[in-house]
Amino acid sequence: MNTRGLRSQLKDSVPVTGLCPQAGPYGVQDSLRRGFSSVKNELLPSHPLELSEKNFQLNQDKMNFNTLRNIQGLHAPLKLQMEYRAARQIQRLPFLPSSNLALDTLRGTDDSIGFQDILNDPVLSEIMGDPHIMTEYKLGVL
Amino acid sequence: MALSNVLEPAVSGFNFENSTRNIVLENGSEEGKIKAPKPMKTGTTIAGVVYKDGVVLGADTRATSEEVVADKMCAKIHYIAPNIYCCGAGTAADTEKTTDMLSSNLTIFSMNSGRNPRVVMAVNILQDMLFRYRGMIGAHLILGGVDCTGSHLYTVGPYGSMDKVPYLAMGSGKLPALGILEDRFKGNMDLEEAKALVSDAIHAGIMSDLGSGNNIDLCVITKEGVDYIRPHRESLYNYKRQAKYKYKPGTTPVLTKTVNQLELVHETVQMMETAGSS
Repeated sequence: MNTRGLRSQLKDSVPVTGLCPQAGPYGVQDSLRRGFSSVKNELLPSHPLELSEKNFQLNQDKMNFNTLRNIQGLHAPLKLQMEYRAARQIQRLPFLPSSNLALDTLRGTDDSIGFQDILNDPVLSEIMGDPHIMTEYKLGVL
Repeated sequence: MALSNVLEPAVSGFNFENSTRNIVLENGSEEGKIKAPKPMKTGTTIAGVVYKDGVVLGADTRATSEEVVADKMCAKIHYIAPNIYCCGAGTAADTEKTTDMLSSNLTIFSMNSGRNPRVVMAVNILQDMLFRYRGMIGAHLILGGVDCTGSHLYTVGPYGSMDKVPYLAMGSGKLPALGILEDRFKGNMDLEEAKALVSDAIHAGIMSDLGSGNNIDLCVITKEGVDYIRPHRESLYNYKRQAKYKYKPGTTPVLTKTVNQLELVHETVQMMETAGSS
């Protein structure tokens, strides 16, 4: 159940990835690629669920690892996180959609269906990034 | 079409890109504020009762879109599993999609484990799903079913709250329906009594609430199987068209007729270089 281990969450902070989204490689506003910025847009999410949804999988994993650590000791989440790291590296090229099958099997989400499987499936996306630019961005050369 | 401003692959799930634009539109113009279109609500009366051999669920069949009746024969009792059915009140699309996903998840579970799903599992999955979206998914549901542990009736609210009771009513017409249920419910009723009780409760909701109306559907779930009675009681006010409203051919008189012959003067073919992208 999702509510277990909530108390152990209190000390950890939720990574707020909403701040400074427009920063480019030099740490300032990347107008060429992200457009003009507005202070309000960067500080406040416009939808109450936006941040919580962006970080949902991260928070779930954190909560589960904390519970596992409390029950079985430090070794259990360490071993699991090593496997997650390995599974996360099995990806196709940056501009192609990856199935993430190994990661899904490890997480246990391969036998459940949620809104992330029905809505906005990246396989059916109508726009595609330019392969050269996306690969260069991934390698940090851009 | 490959866009050069897309640096990371698209994220699946809910897309919040337009929420800033929507807020600006709603608060924007001073003269007439632009209102967002309202979703179709079911404006319902749904009820459920546990009787001797199982569960009886009932629902009306009207779906409203603000003041207009959008659907006169809406099916509000949704299939979840062969032994579990769910009545949904609230936003029509939300109840449909949520119950569909719940049904898919339970089917995968029964394929994986070879067992029939239990009603508590459905309730737990729903609670997790609805709490995650903090009430933004407007689904007020009554789940009823018979499994290996007995007959159960649960209600799940849009924020993830749950209640397990022997008789229930939800929706905009729930207060009149609850009145009938509180008055005449007793434990271990037999089938005909239970069906009459649920039917009368829904009828009270239909009579006293504007958002409920038309026919009454019933669903009887027992260990042996399911009896989906649609409709159980039809409304007396079935609006049938009084006359045909099609126009006969020749109703519109033709006043004048002019014919212009187009002549083919000149024909050329030109090859074009289309701007091809990867």
